[in-house]
Amino acid sequence: MTDFIHPALLFILGALPIPFLSGSVRKAYLLLIPTLAILAVLAMEPGSYGEARFIGQEILIAKVDKLSIVFASVFTIMALIGMVYALHLADAGQHVAAFVYVGSALGVVFAGDYLTLYLFWEGMAFASAYLVFAQRGGPAIRAGFRYLMVHITGGVILLGGIISHGLATGSLLFGPIAGALTNGGMGVGDYLILAGFILNAAVPPLNAWLTDAYPEATVTGAVFMSAFTTKTAVYVLARAFPGTELLVWLGTIMALYGVIYAVLENDCRRLLAYHIVSQVGYMIAGIGIGTEMAVNGAASHAFAHILYKALLFMGAGAVIYVTGRRRLTELGGLYKTMPLTVALYMVGAFAISAFPFFSGFVTKSMVIAAAGADHRALVVLALTMASSGTFLHTGLKLPYYMFFGTDRKLEAREPPRNMLIAMGMAAVLCIAIGVFPQPLYALLPYPVDFEPYTGSHVTESLGLLMFTALGFVLFLWALDPENTISLDTDWFYRKGARAFMWLAERPLARYEQVVSNVSETAALPLLRGAARAGLRLDLAGVDAVVNGIAHSILYGGGRLRRLQTGVVTHYVLAMIVGLIAATAVFVVAWR
Amino acid sequence: MIKRVVDFFGDEQYARPRRRLFYLVLVLIVVADFLVIREHAEYLWDSLPGWSAVYGFVSCVLLIFVSKFLGHRVGLMRREDYYD
Repeated sequence: MTDFIHPALLFILGALPIPFLSGSVRKAYLLLIPTLAILAVLAMEPGSYGEARFIGQEILIAKVDKLSIVFASVFTIMALIGMVYALHLADAGQHVAAFVYVGSALGVVFAGDYLTLYLFWEGMAFASAYLVFAQRGGPAIRAGFRYLMVHITGGVILLGGIISHGLATGSLLFGPIAGALTNGGMGVGDYLILAGFILNAAVPPLNAWLTDAYPEATVTGAVFMSAFTTKTAVYVLARAFPGTELLVWLGTIMALYGVIYAVLENDCRRLLAYHIVSQVGYMIAGIGIGTEMAVNGAASHAFAHILYKALLFMGAGAVIYVTGRRRLTELGGLYKTMPLTVALYMVGAFAISAFPFFSGFVTKSMVIAAAGADHRALVVLALTMASSGTFLHTGLKLPYYMFFGTDRKLEAREPPRNMLIAMGMAAVLCIAIGVFPQPLYALLPYPVDFEPYTGSHVTESLGLLMFTALGFVLFLWALDPENTISLDTDWFYRKGARAFMWLAERPLARYEQVVSNVSETAALPLLRGAARAGLRLDLAGVDAVVNGIAHSILYGGGRLRRLQTGVVTHYVLAMIVGLIAATAVFVVAWR
Repeated sequence: MIKRVVDFFGDEQYARPRRRLFYLVLVLIVVADFLVIREHAEYLWDSLPGWSAVYGFVSCVLLIFVSKFLGHRVGLMRREDYYD
């Protein structure tokens, strides 16, 4: 174990001292742990660590290979950036939750068996839910509970799948699911595992927890949330289900689903959350295609996505932190007071939109190219359309209404320096990956044979994006945000829960009331009367009869006993009397 | 420097040069798209210069109006107190 220090351990055990530290010592400590984790990932050698047996099953705490290293690298980098962004927070609870959350995500990434995976999986759900609860206030608490309930349900489905898969295959080791490549080759357990995974990946219709909870989380918490849960799900899908045809279509639908909802959205962070759904769609589609290039594309896009999406969430968070507002209808004109935030946000926006020399360009295009190489024209067209939508919302609509547009004369300033530094770190990485993709490509699970910077690719991307901008300029009037919320699949459980409560409070409670009334006013007295009558009957009737019979037998027995005198002449006399009586009876009867 | 760039995109006084720059960029992109070499065109549209510009514009318009249709006509958009 000398060449492997589990970074999950660093974060989870490292969370313990946080409440006892304060001031600059705590700040230094909060940055030290993620830095150590980055070093631990850099120093890591592929292999298996922490093999053991538990309840008769093989356990493998950490399995290190290229796929896990890609995700672990970006997770630890993101942990550092997120910590810098949250450095001004005095709330130790949020820091602890963030550490446990990051640690659990890393635990899932290295998990070599399903039991380890499941434990960390649930750890992630609880730690991240705290980041929603920490926002306090009714809407956040309610959203936090919904978030927790959805994830616990997902966890139970996953556990069911794990047990069923374990029974079917005899092993709980985590790896590619046999039969995922051939349609219909998967068992019930495998489908349950898939369902648990795609719930965390926010695949519609299981997506609403994300867009419900992330906008309600704390400013700093949402940055962590945007990075870890969905990307951990992408990782486990890439590990277990590459080449599953279903995922191609789910991913493609997702990419468009998020973009369509983003048009309707008024809450800035919910708009960005819908773009997580959209962007994760590219990754899911890539995993579904399953070729080496597609899985590379999915992994690298996850890497780039974590950084630029965190940057976008940090930018929107900065605006919320400074102005206390999050609806686009209430924002505008901030470019004068927050130019640095605008510029840094725009780097993230260019990166997510896949502008040349920004990270999305070298990763998203790999997924689309892989779909093209796999002869999936429809997928290529749909994903390209989603790219247009991405720029339309995160690159044009959101910044326009948040920073430019109608000046609402809001009092604003640049956010605290640590927030700006964190955004700067993410922005530098977004550009660095875009300009020098080779180090990222070298990290990917398979050898990369893809050149993003060809003349036609650059002009095509620019054409797509800039003519999207033309559409935006021409139809800006149709895009004005409205004071509304959008119905999504959370409708079913939000309204469903309400219907259930109504059912419980009205008809069921009333029925219960009626039943208890009837029993109190009629049934109970009747039962009591019946019991009393029974007692009386018992005492006066049954007992009397039984006692009477017993007495008569006793008395009769006594009399009979007296008849037996033991004197022979008495008996002879009795016989003679009997004989005479019998004869008399016979004579009378004969007559 | 950053402030000046941001101001250029925000201030009303730069509206004219901004618009000119924008249209110039659009023209340059389409011209460039005609000039680049297309080595391996996977699909028919890959070999059409200017295709991505048309597709981008059409996608943008479709997304805006299809979404708003779903929001307003199909009823996805609700008042903010819908769940309260």
